[in-house]
Amino acid sequence: MLRFENVGLRYGIGPEVVRDLNFDIAPQSFQFLTGPSGAGKTTMLKLMLFSLLPTRGTIRIFGEDAASLDKDAITALRRRIGVVFQDFRLLDHLTTYENVALPLRVMGRNEGGYRAEVVELLRWVGLGDRMNALPPVLSGGEKQRAAIARALIVRPELLLADEPTGNVDPSLARRLLRLFVELHKSGTAVVIATHDLTLMDQFGYARRLVVGDGQLRIFEGDSP
Amino acid sequence: MTEAPLPSLPPDSQLKRDMPLVPPDSIAGRALIVVIAIMTFLACLTAGGAILIGEASEGWRDDVSRDVTIQVKPRPGEDVDALVATAADVASKAPGVADVHPYSKAESEKLLAPWLGEGFDLGQLPVPRLLIVHMQSAHRDDLKPLRDALAAGAPTASLDDHRLWLSRLDTMANAVVVFAAALFALMIVAMATAIGFATRGAMAGAREIIEVLHFVGAADSYVAREFQGHFLRLGLKGAAIGGAAATLFFALSALISSWSTRSAGGEEISSLFGAFRLGAFGYFAIVFICLAIAALTGFLSRQIVFRQLRGLL
Repeated sequence: MLRFENVGLRYGIGPEVVRDLNFDIAPQSFQFLTGPSGAGKTTMLKLMLFSLLPTRGTIRIFGEDAASLDKDAITALRRRIGVVFQDFRLLDHLTTYENVALPLRVMGRNEGGYRAEVVELLRWVGLGDRMNALPPVLSGGEKQRAAIARALIVRPELLLADEPTGNVDPSLARRLLRLFVELHKSGTAVVIATHDLTLMDQFGYARRLVVGDGQLRIFEGDSP
Repeated sequence: MTEAPLPSLPPDSQLKRDMPLVPPDSIAGRALIVVIAIMTFLACLTAGGAILIGEASEGWRDDVSRDVTIQVKPRPGEDVDALVATAADVASKAPGVADVHPYSKAESEKLLAPWLGEGFDLGQLPVPRLLIVHMQSAHRDDLKPLRDALAAGAPTASLDDHRLWLSRLDTMANAVVVFAAALFALMIVAMATAIGFATRGAMAGAREIIEVLHFVGAADSYVAREFQGHFLRLGLKGAAIGGAAATLFFALSALISSWSTRSAGGEEISSLFGAFRLGAFGYFAIVFICLAIAALTGFLSRQIVFRQLRGLL
C-alpha cells in the first residue's frame, strides 16, 4: 500500500531531518509511529500524505511513485487517505455535522445522499447530540472525535493520525483508540503517531515504527 | 459499524448544513465591501466626469464652429445701416447659411456699454458693426461660397471665421478630455491596486480553510471556485453600493444643474460644463465599471487561492 525506499528529507541545505527510511505499510495493518518529541514523527506523516516530498529516495503509494504524480492524481489519492491532525483543524464556522461531512461535500456528493452516513458516524463517535454545535463550543475530546469522524467518513484505505489522543484524559484516549481498532478491523490500514507508551502497551499486537536521530527502527507486534 | 440499525435522521429543519465553505460574514469581508464601494464610487465619478467633459467640449466646439462673424466697417459718407442690411441680405442667400443675425445699433451700443459707458452715440465712432452667421454645418470648407458672395455683393464686409480662437479652444478642450481620461486611467490603476490589497487582506484569514479543504481531498479547481464565488459576491455587493451612490450623485447633479440654469450665471456654467446630465452611455459605463470591479475581485481571489495551493503541494 505505502512503501518508503531509502527516503531522506532535508530542509534547504541543512542536515537530513530523516534518512534512510525503508518500510512498508501493508493493507489492513495497524502500527504506531513513535519517538521523542522533535524526532520526526510529524515529518514522516507529512511525507506519507505528500504534504512534503522527499529530497532523496522513493515513496510508492498504492503502487505509484509519488514523485511522478500530478496534482489531480495526488488529490485522488488523498481521498483514499484519512488524516487526523494534532490540532484537529476543524473549520470554526461549520457545524460538527458539516465538518464531518466535508470530505464528501468536496467530492461533489449530494447532501441528501450522505446525510444518513454522517449522522450514523456522529452517533457512533458519541456526538449525536452535538451535530449542530460549532467547534469553538466543543470540548477538547469532542473536537478530537469530530476530527476522527471526519477522517473516517470516506472509509479510507489508510488512516494517518497525529497524536490523536494527545489532548484527552487516559480514559477518553482508550475509547478513541478503540475507534481506530474498529476501523482497522473493518479493513483500513492505521498509522498512529504518538509518544504515549502506556497507550501503546495496551495494543501490544500493533507494529511500532520508532523514529530517533532521524532514523527508523521497526518492532513487530505480538501475535493478537 | 454498518451492522448497527440505521438511526432515525433528524428532520431537515433541525440540521444546520447550508453554511458556505467560505464564511459569508467576516470583518475582513465587510472591510473589503467598504473599500470596493468607495473605489467604485470614485471610479464612476471619474468616468462620469470624463464623459460629461468630453460631451460638453463636443458641444462647445460644434456650437462655436458653426458661428462666424461678419464685420461691416463704416465708411465716411455711407449709411452703415444700409451696408449692414446689404451684407445680411447677401449672407442669408449664400449656400450653407442657416441664419443671419445682424447686431442692431442698440445691440452694438449695449455690447460696448461696459467699456464706453451708457448713453453714448455709436454714430460718432468708427466702430464696425457685427452680423452673427449661423452655418448649417461646422465644416470650414462651407465658408467659401459665403466669402465669395460677400466679396461680390458687400465689399465693405469682412468675414471672421474665428480660426485662431477655435484652434485654441480645440487644444484646450482636447487637453481637458485627455486629462479627464488620464485621471480615469490612474483611478482604475489605484482602484485595482487597493482592491488587490484588500482582497489579499481578506484572504489572509482563509489560509486555514484552504489547507483543510486541500487535505480532505478537495481539487484545486473546487477550492478556487468556492473562493471566487464568495469574493465575486462581495465584489458585486460593494460595487452595487458604490455604483448606486454614483448614479444618485449624477441624478442629483442633473437636477440641481437644471435648477441653477434658471439662476443668474447658471446658463454660462451650463454652456461650459454641460448640463451635468449623464446620458445612457454614462449610466452604461457605471454598470460596466461595477461588473468589471466585481469580476476583478473574484479573479484576484482565484489567483491568490491557486498561489496558496501551489505552495501546499
